[in-house]
Amino acid sequence: MAHTPLSAAERALLDTTPPRALFAALKKVLMEKGLIAPEEIPAQIALTERASPLIGAQVVARAWTDPAFRAALLSAPARAVEAFGVSLAGAPPLGILENRPGRHHLVVCTLCSCYPRALLGYPPFWYKSAAYRARAVRDPRGLLAEWGTVLPPETEIVVVDSTADYRWMVLPERPAGTEGWDEARLAGLVRVSDLVGMTVPALPG
Amino acid sequence: MRPVSAEPGESPFRAHHDLGGVRRFLCTPVEREEHSLSDFDREVDALRQVLAQHGLLRVDELRRGIESIPEERYFALSYYERWAVALADVLLSKGVVRGEELRAALSEGSLE
Amino acid sequence: MNGFKPGQRVRVRAEWPERHGPVHIRTPHYVRGREGEIAAFLGVFPNPEDLAFDRPAPPLPLYHVRFRPEALWPAPVSGTEILVEIFAPWLIPL
Repeated sequence: MAHTPLSAAERALLDTTPPRALFAALKKVLMEKGLIAPEEIPAQIALTERASPLIGAQVVARAWTDPAFRAALLSAPARAVEAFGVSLAGAPPLGILENRPGRHHLVVCTLCSCYPRALLGYPPFWYKSAAYRARAVRDPRGLLAEWGTVLPPETEIVVVDSTADYRWMVLPERPAGTEGWDEARLAGLVRVSDLVGMTVPALPG
Repeated sequence: MRPVSAEPGESPFRAHHDLGGVRRFLCTPVEREEHSLSDFDREVDALRQVLAQHGLLRVDELRRGIESIPEERYFALSYYERWAVALADVLLSKGVVRGEELRAALSEGSLE
Repeated sequence: MNGFKPGQRVRVRAEWPERHGPVHIRTPHYVRGREGEIAAFLGVFPNPEDLAFDRPAPPLPLYHVRFRPEALWPAPVSGTEILVEIFAPWLIPL
């Protein structure tokens, strides 16, 4: 169904109707026409919320403790994550950005809010903000510093702008002082901001 | 399309959603505080996915719809309010719903 | 078809389809007309510029292109490189 231009009346409807009322009307019409069933929306909400940063943290913790998983994650991310137990069916391709000593990654979508949702769930509010989208590609070090993330001056900062089909997640470096920790404890250190690259995991306190 | 006001080094043809490095926001702090999603937010998000599953909408079409929102309104609406407007825009453009159907639903009032 | 190779220098076309009517472009403004190098081939995907209007979308090669800040900004502030996913038709081999 190729798009046809809206009529003046349709344009006026879009421009002048408050979005919430427009959405409620849209839902009603879609259901009345049998295009969607009422239960599909709550069912989809429940499904979406099975993904979360906790899943990403668990994947990271596994990569930190299991060299074979780490290698699989870096060479074929989607397959490794599926084997880990996360369904990526229908999701866009996943890319893993490996932080190494001297090389740090920061993910942004300057055009909208592309984000590895199948793994991490809803993107954070700040990730979608105009300020983040504008500043990340231009002054990543300054942006990180605003959140207290101070990287050594010689550390390379690679900003990855998600402009097409890939969705990117950072594999942070494992912090020092965590020797012998089990996966659950390690996963507890990893926050969504670490998976985007605005912060690095560190021991609390 | 009316060009946005140009900053030095920025093309006058830059679309207003195309925000990388844009001077207007370079001094705006990135607030760390998380905003929990409202029921409206979750439903809009979910409807987009349901429509995609039914083959009625691609994410690219949603983006096109969002980008069509005029500059002032784009920055005035919340993230999911933009989605709601874009969903209606694209579904109207494709004839999945008609303007008179939406108008009827709106005038019936008492919408959940 | 000869694809681009990692390390190959490229320039992004300095084109502005936005001037001519409704479009959906995934090549950000800040790289248009700028020089970079191919970092990796990412695969073949349908053209989002067409998908956005529910038109038939030919599959296109997608590349990760590396840019240095000095190539992008009049007064670079920080950062070592910016990686951007760009479709082949937007890239000119240098």
